[in-house]
Amino acid sequence: MKFAIQVNEGPYQHQATDSAYHFAKAALDAGHEIMRVFFYHDGVNNGTNLTTPPQDDRNIVNRWSELAKEHDLDMVVCVAAAQRRGIVDEGEMQRNGKDAQNIADGFRISGLGQLIEAGIQSERLMVFGD
Amino acid sequence: MSTLHTVNKSPFEKNSLADCLGYAKEGSAVLMYEDGVYGAMKGNAVAEKVAAASGVKFYALGSDLKARGISQEKLAEGIEVVDYAGFVKLAVENDKVSAWV
Repeated sequence: MKFAIQVNEGPYQHQATDSAYHFAKAALDAGHEIMRVFFYHDGVNNGTNLTTPPQDDRNIVNRWSELAKEHDLDMVVCVAAAQRRGIVDEGEMQRNGKDAQNIADGFRISGLGQLIEAGIQSERLMVFGD
Repeated sequence: MSTLHTVNKSPFEKNSLADCLGYAKEGSAVLMYEDGVYGAMKGNAVAEKVAAASGVKFYALGSDLKARGISQEKLAEGIEVVDYAGFVKLAVENDKVSAWV
């Protein structure tokens, strides 16, 4: 089955991103497809490579990056939510005159149309958040 | 058409479980996870509402129960404990998923 996943909460603040990750992993383990993970609202904070959690804690950002690499996942960060919260890729850095970028491996910044498309093209859209 | 309703809020924090039960039709499934698992306990203020939902099957996520110290004997009757693989299975087996976030 073709799943899409929406994550509305940031890491270490709410359980939503942990739940979404474990659901995604279980779905992939069961042989299902995840056509997109869309990070919206505070969920965009899952896509920064500047976090350094303690070594004995889970690294939520890296965990998503590794899952994306392993399963070739399309992980999309909402552009408007990212601009508000300082999640920046090369294009956004140039467009908005910033001097740094921080998008983590496996994430890309795009628009809300990607969420609508995920809702249409997937068979189930799973929403995790507050 | 069967629907899987997912509830992730404690019934003592938000009304999402009660709202969900108002919509859940016979033959649908309700999965409680995160703080939503407090709705799966017996003898609390929402237990009667859950018991009164006829034709609705209730599930609770085992790891979230365990994280909150809710053991099997504290669960209301008729609650089936599932793991994440079971969560995925419920999403597949029902025609739609509605998240009461």
